[in-house]
Amino acid sequence: MVGDIRVQAEPFDYGAECAAFAARARGAGAVVTFLGLVRDDGGRLARMEIEHYPGMTERALEKIAEEAAGRWPLSACLVLHRHGSLSPGEPIMMVATASRHRQAAFAAADFLMDYLKSRAPFWKKEFGADGAAWVAARDEDEAALTRW
Amino acid sequence: MIDLLYFAWVRERIGLPRERVETTAATVMDLIEELKAREDRYQAAFADLRALRVAVDQELADFSAPLSGVREVAFFPPMTGG
Repeated sequence: MVGDIRVQAEPFDYGAECAAFAARARGAGAVVTFLGLVRDDGGRLARMEIEHYPGMTERALEKIAEEAAGRWPLSACLVLHRHGSLSPGEPIMMVATASRHRQAAFAAADFLMDYLKSRAPFWKKEFGADGAAWVAARDEDEAALTRW
Repeated sequence: MIDLLYFAWVRERIGLPRERVETTAATVMDLIEELKAREDRYQAAFADLRALRVAVDQELADFSAPLSGVREVAFFPPMTGG
């Protein structure tokens, strides 16, 4: 499996990434992609800052991708996550998976999302009209891991 | 010598992102007790351990994890990626 893990401050072009991934995944049969955007919370959010743990972040994402590849027959997978200052509507992260059949590609993408929400060292701080606050982890996100 | 790293509100409460400490603590929990005894800002950061997570040499660990041979310990709140 070809795993592509990227942690970056720079914006990314979702369309271009999808096209490049699909080109690399030729012959896979199925490609699933997911894009996460900064919510605007009805205009209350001015910006978001994402902090991460350089070194551990990449290791954690690689481990999660390897785990996914061990569970489903993936021919390629991409995890791209940004850090730094982001505005509402901006892409935060994306995952892409390629497999022979769509069920494996969907399941692996869902698994990657669940795990990177609570097992990859990222922290979000929201800045808005009401001031700044760290986003609290949700119990549902932790509970979602028991699905797998 | 162990490098300590702090992230998110743990970093804000302690007031620095990282520091190097000389310690004889046998476990993460012992290290936390040492830090809490140092200053109020550590007390504030480590007041509720249920709200904290720890990584030892960049792997998630328990508070009972041993520190022998460890180079880096990081403290942070539950992660909120995605």
